[in-house]
Amino acid sequence: MDPVTFAQLTGNINTIGYGLAAIGPGIGVGIVAGKTVEAMARQPEMAGQLRVTMFLGIAFAELLGLIGVALFFIG
Amino acid sequence: MVHFLTATSTALIASAASDDGSFHPPGLEEFFPPGIFFLDTPFEMNRIVLVRLLAVAVLLLLFYLGLRRARRVPGRSQALAEMAVEFVKTNFADDVLGEKVGRRYMPLLTGTFFGILAMNLTGIVPLLNIASTSIFIMPLVFALAVYVAFIYAGIKQHGGFSFFRNQLFLPGVPWPMHIILAPVELINVFLVRPLSLSLRLMLNMLVGHLLMVLCFSATNYFFVTGEDLGVLSIFGVVTLGAGVVMTLFEFVVAILQAYVFTLLTAVYIQQSVSEEH
Repeated sequence: MDPVTFAQLTGNINTIGYGLAAIGPGIGVGIVAGKTVEAMARQPEMAGQLRVTMFLGIAFAELLGLIGVALFFIG
Repeated sequence: MVHFLTATSTALIASAASDDGSFHPPGLEEFFPPGIFFLDTPFEMNRIVLVRLLAVAVLLLLFYLGLRRARRVPGRSQALAEMAVEFVKTNFADDVLGEKVGRRYMPLLTGTFFGILAMNLTGIVPLLNIASTSIFIMPLVFALAVYVAFIYAGIKQHGGFSFFRNQLFLPGVPWPMHIILAPVELINVFLVRPLSLSLRLMLNMLVGHLLMVLCFSATNYFFVTGEDLGVLSIFGVVTLGAGVVMTLFEFVVAILQAYVFTLLTAVYIQQSVSEEH
């Protein structure tokens, strides 16, 4: 290490990229699940239908996070 | 059989020999093991293909044992098998598709759900240790079956022309917007749907497997192969615990992904047969 360099990082910057990419889907899944809990508390008789819709919403939000994983391996 | 045993033992010896005391993080090569049967032919089988066949065999055997002597008053095993099919019927066929359409697509939904479930669960079975859906081709096969099914459902219900009109031109949109929206819908319905179905399943299983392997290989490193660790090998307890938690998590994910895949199948078919979505 030459004397000018005080610190150095090694590794792949994709790890940071994936960490950033996971924020969005994380917030999205949280909102979907939280709102569903609210709705279920208001109308417990709708719980079944709400659960189905919740899983659909989560599936789409989660897909973004998973695509991030794929790019992480490609890069 | 002999060939199979030799290949397995060679792989075990190779993996033991490569333990040089340093930590090996898991990589994508986990998912492309060496072939075992029919080497150098297009039908080359590696252990993941064998795991797949085993999962299908076990699934068929369980349903055969459950339903081989079906009676009006079910016995214990028949009641279990009926409960499994009933789950698919109430959750997907009746709730999403409705009684009449649901009955027609029950075989597809049941096959998709239990096929994917069986292949996902091999990921946490000891000695198999790989989800057979974590290679892209297997989810793609399921997704293509679904693709054919929802296009067939729509064309059968509406006829070719009005099916595509229903799918591409959303109701209640001012007509100039169709110039932008129709291509977007075309890509969404006929390209993104099958791809996202298969990618979601495959990546979920792949990531789960990698996390599990990471935990257990770290445990192996801390307890067995690591040198000059001293007190630090205590961390092995943490990674072992994390590995056990990840295994339970994988169990939940296996069921959830089978559920989501079948749910989306039902929703896509429902959107094809409905008058306007």
